[in-house]
Parts: sequence; C-alpha cells; structure tokens
Amino acid sequence: MAAPSLSPPASVTVRVQAEDFDTAAEIEALSTGRTDIGAVVTFSGLCREEKGQLAALELEHYPGMAEAEIRRICEEAVTRFDLQGATAIHRFGRIDPGARIVLVIAASTHRQAAFDGASFIMDYLKTAAPFWKKEHLKDGTARGWVSAKDADDTARDRWTRG
Amino acid sequence: MREVRLVYFAWVRERIGVGDEIVSLPDTVVTARDLIAFLKTRGEDYEAALEHENVIRVAIDQEHVEHDEPLGSAREIALFPPMTGG
Repeated sequence: MAAPSLSPPASVTVRVQAEDFDTAAEIEALSTGRTDIGAVVTFSGLCREEKGQLAALELEHYPGMAEAEIRRICEEAVTRFDLQGATAIHRFGRIDPGARIVLVIAASTHRQAAFDGASFIMDYLKTAAPFWKKEHLKDGTARGWVSAKDADDTARDRWTRG
Repeated sequence: MREVRLVYFAWVRERIGVGDEIVSLPDTVVTARDLIAFLKTRGEDYEAALEHENVIRVAIDQEHVEHDEPLGSAREIALFPPMTGG
C-alpha cells in the first residue's frame, strides 16, 4: 500500500522592518513550488491621511516581542483555520501618507479559511502586537499618540464568542 | 530586593522620561499590579505615566500578562499603553 502523500508543512513568515516590502514577491514566496494552495488572501494596511493634515506616522515597536507576538498569532491562525501558510510583515519608523504599513497573507485550500485567517491575524495583530502610532502634522507639531479603538477589541472578540 | 530591567513604550516612555532602566524591587512587590503601585511612589513622572493604571499593559519577558500575574523570576518587564499597530 502506498504511503499517503503528505502536504509540505505550513510556512509562517514574520518580519518587522523599517523598509518597505513587495506584496507580489511575498505572495510568490508563500506559494511558489506548492500545488496544494487553492486560495491566497492578502491584506495591506496603508498610512491614511486624514483631512490633509498628516505629515507622517511614526511607528514605535517593542523589538523582539513584536516579532514573537505576531508569530504566535500567525501560528494560532494556521492551526485554527488549517492554513497552508501565513506571512505577516509590519514596518516601524517613519511612514509617509500613502505608504504601506502592514501586510498579511493567508494561504489555504479554499477561500473561506484564507479570508478568515487573514482577518483573524489582523484583528489580533492590531490589539496584541506591541506597536504604537504617533501622528506628526504638516505644521511641524506632533498631534500625539493614536488612541486604541474599542472597535478593534470588538473585532478581535468575535473570534472568541460562542 | 531583586533587580529587573524595566522597559517603557510610547507615552508611558515619554512621561517617565527613559526607555529602560534597571530597578531594584522590594520583596513586597509580587505582582504586576504591585510593581505599578511601587513605581508610582518614585516621583511625579511615574505618577503621570501610570495615573490610569487600568489601561497600562504589562508584558513579562515579552509575553502579555494580566495585572494580577506574579512577576516570578522575570528578567524584563515592559509597561506600555494599549497597542495601535496594523
């Protein structure tokens, strides 16, 4: 009797970096050489300019824990949604309006798990990955630290209800 | 007494005025909540940073914990505001 064919192990890639990233290259890296992936969902978070006043965001992070926490979240998502792979990249430092801040990619056999996996990773990343945004305005002043939103806690909590 | 490394981020760091420091903790400091109460006795900057202590998040050796968590043999304890990444 032939041994059952085994899928390659799920791949989890996590990076915390100042540099920009290439979304297409990251999708390619996650899916190349595999034929068991049927769905790839990507989420890109961009620096949004509100009312034309924002000069830049400054993203502070907790080196070490930021990577570790995002990895914990991605591994939980892989287990929970049976993903074939997950990639999460988060930038720190100065980010200009329109620039990329975060990338999440979830790969799975079918689309629903990929959508859910990407959503789960983002909901936990926003509330549990140690990053903080500070706004710098065009008039040279710092408006201050962005406040955490209750809506983000609510979005996260839907994964633990019932 | 025992020494631990404390690290601060975002407005907690700005209000305290340093990003990290080594602090000797009295034996009466058992939990994260005790640590916050102890730090608030260290001066106005600490009081301002930790005034609303329920919103302060704590990580021990780079893992999130609740305020009632015993510090145990923690090497690094971080205090910071709710996170706003993503």
